[in-house]
Amino acid sequence: MQEIPGDLKFMKSHEWARVEDQGTVTIGISDHAQGLLGDLVYVELPGVGDTVKAGTACAVVESVKAASDVYAPVSGEVVAVNEALADKPETINEDAYGDGWLFVVKPDNLAEELDELLDPDAYAEQLEEDES
Amino acid sequence: MTQKTVLNDTHRALGAKMVDFGGWDMPIHYGSQIEEHHAVRRDAGMFDVSHMTVVDLHGARCREFLRHLLANNIDKLKVTGKALYSCMLNEQGGVIDDLIVYFLGEEFFRVVVNAATRDKDLAWISRQAASFSVQVEERPEFAMIAVQGPHARDKVLGLLSPATREKAAKIGKFVAAEGDGLFIARTGYTGEDGFEIIVPEAQAIDLWNRLRDAGVAPAGLGARDTLRLEAGMNLYGQDMDETVTPWEANLGWTVSLDAGRDFIGRAALEAQKAQGVPREMIGLVMDDKGVLRHGQRVATPQGDGEILSGSFSPTLACAIAFARVPSGARDALQVDIRGRLVPVRAVKYPFVRDGRSQLGA
Repeated sequence: MQEIPGDLKFMKSHEWARVEDQGTVTIGISDHAQGLLGDLVYVELPGVGDTVKAGTACAVVESVKAASDVYAPVSGEVVAVNEALADKPETINEDAYGDGWLFVVKPDNLAEELDELLDPDAYAEQLEEDES
Repeated sequence: MTQKTVLNDTHRALGAKMVDFGGWDMPIHYGSQIEEHHAVRRDAGMFDVSHMTVVDLHGARCREFLRHLLANNIDKLKVTGKALYSCMLNEQGGVIDDLIVYFLGEEFFRVVVNAATRDKDLAWISRQAASFSVQVEERPEFAMIAVQGPHARDKVLGLLSPATREKAAKIGKFVAAEGDGLFIARTGYTGEDGFEIIVPEAQAIDLWNRLRDAGVAPAGLGARDTLRLEAGMNLYGQDMDETVTPWEANLGWTVSLDAGRDFIGRAALEAQKAQGVPREMIGLVMDDKGVLRHGQRVATPQGDGEILSGSFSPTLACAIAFARVPSGARDALQVDIRGRLVPVRAVKYPFVRDGRSQLGA
C-alpha cells in the first residue's frame, strides 16, 4: 500500500483532493480504491468547462471487474483532465496519488467544502474500520 | 455459511483477494487479474476449481439414464475416459445446468457440475435416477486444479510418475486418464490446452505447490472469467438459465436430436425450433473505449436485447460480450452505456483461440 501524502483530503467514498498553490483542486481516487477495483481498463472523465458539484458523480473508473462512480469532493469548474489516462488507465493502479490524477477543478466554495473532507489520519482510520 | 476449499489458506498466503462466489470463499486474483490472464495465454496458469461438484453415477442402467437426462447424446462416448459437454434441461427445454460427463465404464460415469447449482442439480439428478436404479454419489473429498496454457501440459507431465506421465501424455482433447491418485482430464475453460486435475484433498496442497515450483502461475476466478469469455464459452447463470433454451444460448451444437432418444426437454426444443426461435445469442465487439457489462441494453432495429457476459478482453484490449438479441439482429447494434448509445459489432466467436485473436479471421 502506498503511503498517503499529508497534503491530501479524502471523501469516505475514496476520492482525494489536493489544493494546489494557485488555488485549483486536483482530484483522484485513493490507492486503497484502486486496489479494491483491480486492474483499471477505462476512465470516463468530465469535459473541461463542465461544472461539478460536491458529492455528485462526475467520472467513472472501470476495472475488468466493475464500473465505479467517482464523486466530486468539491464544487467548481473543470479546468483540466488527465488525458493520458485514455490510453493508460493502469497509471491509476501504479500511481494513484501522482500521475494517476483524474481532473482539476477551479473551486467555487472551497473553504466550506474542504471542512467536510477527511484528513489523511481520519481516512486511514476509516480504512482500518472498514477492514475490521 | 461460506465454504472453503482445502486450498483456502494457500491462496491467502499468496496474497489473494478473496470474494464470495456462489457461497464459496474464492480467490478473484493474486495481485493482477490481467497479468494472470496473460500468464495463461502465454505460458501456464492454474485455478483452484475445487468448488465444482463431482458426482459419480453407478449402475447397470447408467448409459440409459444419461440418454434420458442429457440433451447431448451419451452414445458419442465409446472409449473409456472420453468426456462430453452437455446441457441438462427441464421439461420446458430450459437449461438446469451445463456439465461435463466422463465415461469410466459401462456402469460408471463421472459428472462435473457447477458449484452455484449444486443443490438443485443433485436433487434433479437423484430424482431422475431413481427409476433407472442409478446410484448418485457426490465426491466432496476431491479438490480440483485446472492447469491451463500453452505450456501447461508439459509442466504437469513433469511432475508425474513415469507410468502416469506416459498415459497422460497420450490422451487427446476431452479425454481423461488416471494415475498417481489423480484423475487427469484434457479439458478446460480458457480456450488453451491443459489439464483439469481431480485430486484427493489430502494431496491437493502438495500438488499446487509443486505446480508453482514448476513455474505455473496461480490465477484467480477473475482471469478465468475473461479467459472463458474470450474463448466463447458460456457461463451458467449469466448466459443461460432455466428460462433459456440451448437454441437461445448458442448451445445448439450440444443438442443431439438423434432418432428415437426421448431426453428431458426434447419435445419443447423441437416445438420451439418448429415455431422459430425468437432470440439468439451473438458475440459483440466494441471498437470505442469502455467496457461492456452484464445487463446493459442492446438496441437493435429488431428490438431490444441485453448483454449477458461482458468484459474487457485483455488479449484484444477492447470490450467483448455475449448478447441475447431478437433473432436475426446483426447490423446497426448499439449498447446503452450509462445513457449513451455506443455502436458495437456482431462477430463470430470464439474471440480468441490458442492465444490468437479470431477477429477478422
